[in-house]
Amino acid sequence: MTRKQIYFEDVEVGTAIGPLEKQPTTQQLVKYAGASGDFYQIHYDKDFALKNNLPGVIIHGALKNAFLGQLMTDFAGELGWLRKLSVQYRGMDQPGSTVVCKGRVTRKYVEGENHLVDCEIWLENAKGEKTTPGAATVILPSRA
Amino acid sequence: MPNKYVTEEVLKQIGKAAEPRTYEVERGAIRRFADAIGDDNPLFNNEVEARKTRFGGMIAPPTFLRSMMAAFPEIRIDIPGNRGLDGGSEWEYFEPIRPGDRITVQARVTDIRESEGRLGPMVFTTVETTYTNQFGQLCAVQRATGIRY
Repeated sequence: MTRKQIYFEDVEVGTAIGPLEKQPTTQQLVKYAGASGDFYQIHYDKDFALKNNLPGVIIHGALKNAFLGQLMTDFAGELGWLRKLSVQYRGMDQPGSTVVCKGRVTRKYVEGENHLVDCEIWLENAKGEKTTPGAATVILPSRA
Repeated sequence: MPNKYVTEEVLKQIGKAAEPRTYEVERGAIRRFADAIGDDNPLFNNEVEARKTRFGGMIAPPTFLRSMMAAFPEIRIDIPGNRGLDGGSEWEYFEPIRPGDRITVQARVTDIRESEGRLGPMVFTTVETTYTNQFGQLCAVQRATGIRY
């Protein structure tokens, strides 16, 4: 694997994570429904979504959770480990526009043998609104 | 102030567990999941590359666990609106999930509490789901918050 590896010593409080851009389409929502087993119709049936007072089909909260998971496994790299991931669904997002996952380091510390980094993470829509805030903790390798 | 909906009877449901379910993790299911979320990390789709890593083979992306749905413990709360919201979830990961693993998934009610929100009394429920592999290792825990109002 030739992906870049980040080490504990490389990060400071404030270090930016990402961005990871995603352009979810209705096709991706269908693929996600199939892969995850979440067949709630608001994610692929526009008529059903409109009848439920939604503006159209909306992105699965769990898919946004998955995007933020990728943000963090990309950051941790092969030698790191995603230890905690949390998300809150504050706003709906629709397919057809870009969403961006971002984050920043809020704390770094050592606990036992583990070099840990806490991060604030979020997914924002094209208007820059944080529709899906969250937090993550990763274990990073150390050069020490 | 006493709770309006979260009565002593309702609180007795804390600790209630649903039937466990066991799933076998298929390599193709991991690949399809990684493809569906648009994650091209070779750890999730390329056995040859993944073998060269410290994991020694393919593993599942963290949120793959969602595809192994737990039976959900029914929580009875007599609340007039009976509307629900997904308040989000928190995951903790301890061990990787690998193709061929047999994962036992079990959900349990760990908290029910009431607070006054903008829309009146709101009830928050926490359901904790454990994911345990065939060696008895706890691989992950999910805590999901539900909101009823």
